[in-house]
Formats: sequence, C-alpha cells, structure tokens
Amino acid sequence: MNPSYLLWVILILTIIGYFLGQNRAARVADGRLHRLHSVPSYHGIYVLLWAALPAFLLLALWVAMESWLALELAIAQLPDRFTNVDARALSLLQADVLNIAAGINTGRETAPEVKEAAEAYNNLRSMGDTAIFFVGLLMGLAGLRFALNRISLELRARNQVESVLNVLLILCSLVAILTTVGIVLSLLFEAMRFFTWVPPAEFLFGLQWSPQIALRADQVGSSGAFGAVPLFTGTLLITAIAMVVAVPIGLMSAIYMSEYAPVAVRSAAKPVLEVLAGVPTVVYGFFAALTMAPFVRETFGANGLGLDVASESALAAGIVMGIMIIPFVSSLSDDVINAVPQSLRDGAYGLGATKSETIRQVILPAALPGIVGAVMLAISRAIGETMIVTMAAGLAANLTANPFEAVTTVTVQIATLLVGDQEFDSPKTLSAFGLGLVLFIVTLALNMIALRVVQKYREKYD
Amino acid sequence: MTASTMNVDPSAIAMSNADAVGTGRVKIHSKDVKVFYGAKQALKGIYLDIFEHSVTALIGPSGCGKSTYLRCLNRMNDTIDICRVEGLIELDGEDIYGRTIDTVQLRARVGMVFQKPNPFPKSIYDNIAYGPRIHGIGARRDEMDVIVEKSLQRAGLWDEVRDRLKEPGTGLSGGQQQRLCIARAIAVSPEVILMDEPCSALDPIATAHIEELIDELRENYTIVIVTHNMQQAARVSQRTAFFHLGDMVEVNDTEEIFTNPKDERTQGYITGRYG
Ligand SMILES: Nc1ncnc2c1ncn2[C@@H]1O[C@H](COP(=O)(O)OP(=O)(O)OP(=O)(O)O)[C@@H](O)[C@H]1O
Ligand SMILES: [Mg+2]
Repeated sequence: MNPSYLLWVILILTIIGYFLGQNRAARVADGRLHRLHSVPSYHGIYVLLWAALPAFLLLALWVAMESWLALELAIAQLPDRFTNVDARALSLLQADVLNIAAGINTGRETAPEVKEAAEAYNNLRSMGDTAIFFVGLLMGLAGLRFALNRISLELRARNQVESVLNVLLILCSLVAILTTVGIVLSLLFEAMRFFTWVPPAEFLFGLQWSPQIALRADQVGSSGAFGAVPLFTGTLLITAIAMVVAVPIGLMSAIYMSEYAPVAVRSAAKPVLEVLAGVPTVVYGFFAALTMAPFVRETFGANGLGLDVASESALAAGIVMGIMIIPFVSSLSDDVINAVPQSLRDGAYGLGATKSETIRQVILPAALPGIVGAVMLAISRAIGETMIVTMAAGLAANLTANPFEAVTTVTVQIATLLVGDQEFDSPKTLSAFGLGLVLFIVTLALNMIALRVVQKYREKYD
Repeated sequence: MTASTMNVDPSAIAMSNADAVGTGRVKIHSKDVKVFYGAKQALKGIYLDIFEHSVTALIGPSGCGKSTYLRCLNRMNDTIDICRVEGLIELDGEDIYGRTIDTVQLRARVGMVFQKPNPFPKSIYDNIAYGPRIHGIGARRDEMDVIVEKSLQRAGLWDEVRDRLKEPGTGLSGGQQQRLCIARAIAVSPEVILMDEPCSALDPIATAHIEELIDELRENYTIVIVTHNMQQAARVSQRTAFFHLGDMVEVNDTEEIFTNPKDERTQGYITGRYG
C-alpha cells in the first residue's frame, strides 16, 4: 500500500475533526458561546491538529527511514560470510541488493542469498507501508478522540492552537534560513577548493580570462587564465549603461506618476509598468539580440556614424537591461516620493513655489535617501542579470571600456562554465564558485547599504 | 441644513460686517463663496470681509469648512484635484481667481502657516531662505542673511537658533518648528498670513509665545487664524467669524461674539453646548 494513501486519510480526518470539534464545543457551551474559554473554531482546529499532527509526523518519519531500515534488516538476514567484509564490499553488497530489488540487472552473477535478501527487502517495505497505514490511521483516530474528549468550557484551545501555529511558523522560517545558510556554505567551500588551484590574488587581479586553457592539465592554474578583472569590468560597463538608461527614465516617470499624472493616467500607466516588470528576462534577451543589437550596429556602425561596432555589443545589452530595470526604479521611487508627507508639499506651495520648484527643491531632497536605496537595489539586480547579456553581449572576455565591443559578465561566465556535463574537480568549473562568491559578496553589500539607507530615511517621518 | 442655509441672508451679513467696521480697510472681500469636493459641497456661500492689520478668528465645529475657506484665500485648494471653488474672492479689490492672477505671486502675498509644523528637511537658514529665493529676493548672500535674521527675530526664534542656523530645521522642538514655519512665511513679506490651527500641536508655553507673536505681527500684516480654542480666539483676535455646516453664521467684533452672540448656534457653540 502506498504511503500517500495515508495522507488522504489524514486529510479526511482533519476535516471531520474540525467540524466535530466545533460542534462539540458548541454543544458544551449549550448556546451560550461566551462561556467557552475559546470560540468554537479554535476547538475545531485543536481537534484537527490532534488528528493530523501525530499521524503526519509518523508518516514523515517512516518515509525518511523506510528504505534504510528495510535494507539493514534484509542484510542482517544474510549469512556471516556476506556481511563480515570491509566497508567497500559491504556498500557494494547494499547496492546489489537495492538494484536487484528494483529489478535492475547488475550484469554480474549474484548469489541466491543476495536475491533472497532483495526479496526480503521488497517484502519488508511493502509490509511496512501497510503497517504504517493502519498505525497512522489508528493514531489519527486516537488523536481525534482524545482531543474531542478534552473539549470543555475551560479548555484553553486558543492558546494551544496559537502555540502550535507558532512552532509551525518557526519551522518554516527555519527551513528558509537554513537553506540560505547551506547555499552560502557550499558556495564558500567550493570557492575554497578553487582557491587551492588558483591563488585569490591572481583571480581577483589577473587581467586575462580564458578558463578553457585549464583543460590542458599541464597548464592548470599556472597560465594566468583565471584573471577575473575583464569580467568585473564587463559587468561594471553593462551595469553602468543600464543605470544610465534606467535611472533617469525610471525616476522621471515616477515623478510624473506621483506628482503630475491625473488619476486616470496613473491608474492606467502603473499596471503597464508592472507588466514590463513581469516580462521574463529571456524575452528581453530576444529583444536585445534581435532588435537592439542590429539597431545599435546600424546607428553607430559603418552605415551610421561609422564607428567600429561589434555584432554583439555591450551597449545593446546594457540598454535592454536598463529597460528591464525601469519599472524597478520607477515603482520604488514612486513609493518613496509618495511617502514624502503632503505637509511638505503644502509648505512649499504655500510659499508660492511652483510645482517643479517644489519637486526639485523640497520633494526630491526629502526623498533622496530612498531614491538612492532604490537605485542601489536596481544595481544589484543588474549585476545579477544573466540572460540578456548571454544573448546580446557575447562571451568574449575583453578588457575594455568601449561600449561598442563585446564584453562578458560574471554571471554569464558562471552560466557557461557550468552548462552541460561537468566534472566538479577542475579549476574551470570550480572557478564558477569563485565568481559566485564575489558576486554574492558584492550584491549582499549593495543590498545591505541600500536597506540601511532606506531605513534611515523611513525614521525621519515617523 | 436647509434651515441654516436660509438663515444666512447675504444682506444681513453685509450689515453685520458693516457694524463691525471701524477697524480699517477691507483687505479680503469674499462674496457667495461655494466650494465643492467632487459632488460634496463643503461651503455653501460665504460672505465675509477681512480687515487690514487685524486678526480675524474663524471658529466652528469640526468639519464645518474653516480650513476649506482659509485655503480658498491663497488658492491652496488648487492643489486638490477634486476641489472646485465658485464665487468671488477679492484681495485689495482684485479677483484672486481671475485670469490674470498667478498663484505663485498670490501665495507670496498671502502666506500660510499650517496646523502641524512642516519645516523642510533643510537647514534652519535654508528653511527661511527658501521662500525669498524662489521669488528672487535677496540674491546676495548678505541681503539674505539680513532677511533670515529679521524673520527669525520677528518670529521670536532668533535667540534660540542664532548659533545653529546650519542645523536641520527638523531637529527643533515642536514649538520652535512652528515658529520657524511662521518665520518662513514672514520671510517673503506677505500682506496676509493665514494660520490653520497653528497651536494645536503645541504646549501652553509655546502657545502663549505664538499668541504674543500674532499680536505683534498684526501691526504689519493682516492675519486670519482658525482655532478650536475659544480663549485663544478671544485673546488674539479683533474679529471672529463663526462657521457651521458650511455656512458662515455670524461675524462680529470678538468681544461682541463672545459676550453677546446674535445667533443661538453661535451661543451654543461658544458656551460649549455642542461642537
Ligand atoms: N480633500 C478633501 N476631499 C474631500 N472632502 C474634503 C477634503 N477636505 C475637506 N473635505 C470635507 O469638507 C468639509 C469641510 O472640511 P474642513 O477641513 O474645511 O473642515 P474644518 O472646519 O477645517 O474642520 P476641522 O476643525 O476639523 O479642521 C468636511 O466635511 C470634509 O470632510
Ligand atoms: Mg481644519
């Protein structure tokens, strides 16, 4: 019997439990609900939790352990000559049992005892599943009954439910936090491994980036091919172009939206901007590669201004990335500008300031810290963007400040280094973690500064 | 509501205004001023004259339209999209809603102090200098210094802040901030100063300070003040107008209003029977 049946049974039990609990509480109160310590719905949830939680915990425990438990038991049945071997042989034996149990041909002659063990393994599992189903069902029913019996006028159902919910919420946030910590740690450890191949100084300050050279074992780490500076400058260049596009347009449209636009325009234009924010970056990538890049080449290239423009230029990618970030800047700035108290505007208007004077001299200075915060968040967004650059700016790690040349960025390199089947023990792939670590530290720092700035600004009007 | 509307007979108001004359020239003349917020009518035809170099107090229960009327006088209502103003308001005989009037110049002549002190997040100096600057007054640094010092002196704040002009205005206490806002309003040398409950956020000492200040300012300016504090109205104003449900019920010399109100609604309000 598949353990997932138990989930359904638990679900049904919870529904029944909820209504039974509620009814019982109402009956106990005998029409005068205020006599209950907690309102009936809390009693319902109380019964629900008792019906569901123990059975669910049991199920979770079983699912986590069943494979391991069954295997241990099955192998324990084998005669000593199979089990009295070194760790390697034992793990081979375990793998054989598992493979045969799953019906996979090991391609080797297997002893009949091993086949028996595999059978035992399968039997144990299915028996266990059935047993757990009934035990779980019993636990659910018992919990339900127990909780129902405890319902009384005095039962502090609300407090108990609240504390269970509290624990649940803590668990959920713990999962989120631990995942983050895990990711950071693995990033850190892999980066450490990379730095045993390539010294950090060479990585951070080297001027040449061509990780492919590292495929030739004799040159590993000594060729200077892991200098990440061209990637940093490429990232910087594209981010700068994106900001030059996004900040003025985003800020101006935020000002227009919050100060000038009539209500009708505002309510029509805001959703449009938000749609822009919802376009997947791959689509922006298309746009960059198929529309913007040719356009840039036409305008600035041989047929236009006569400049030397690469077919994949930093400019095209940067402009499109800027367009992508506009809604980000504008909606954050819009919030910040709206948070400037009306009384400040009134003060300026009351002195005879015009609208643009009020905006330039009173509203923007007051909102400036918040706007700076918004821009910083936008920068970290731009630094982390991959798709657009992959599609429009190319992979050539040129060390240049010329926006018409092809450049590449940190994120793009990370993506290309790890695409496809890779061995995770060559500096080529490990360098991705080094890059990732740098990226992580930079964006983290930017975000922290931005949040600090935004917070400081908030305090001012509270 | 309809009853009260009918009670206000324009000619009667004009007469009661006339009764009270003797305090000087009419600075602001309003005739049949109606204000609508969208479909909602907030003022139902206000007839009121405000005399030069005097303090006029506007009193009345909450929501009766005092602030709305006050904001008509320097067209601050223009900044509210849904607000519509009808009727005639004249400043020195000139229609302030007329085509030739520029709100920027109007607001330089009719300054405003708000209920909550609202200093700009700039230095004390720049707070005062802001108004003169946008109107092109005091272009030279030393001229501006004089304007700032004089305004702060007038507002009775100079001694407290003379050493910290570079510090932000938001760092002052509530009473100091309100005096800063008054100084800011004075700095553009307006002819009229409108004050909307200027003391409602202040403690009694700061309030007394500002009342004193209002009395001094009367010499050079025409002042209109909204207040919920009857004693304050009695102390600082020469004339008092009582508003009720969007009507101006009664206006007279302050002493008359408080000792001998003609309308029973006025009497009810000032004796605290409702409001
Ligand atoms: N911006 C606005 N939008 C819509 N209605 C408004 C607006 N401002 C004021 N009103 C309405 O106009 C009426 C008069 O308001 P106003 O602010 O002039 O009252 P007030 O006499 O100043 O009251 P208070 O003593 O409480 O300040 C009220 O009914 C109010 O609801
Ligand atoms: Mg008001």
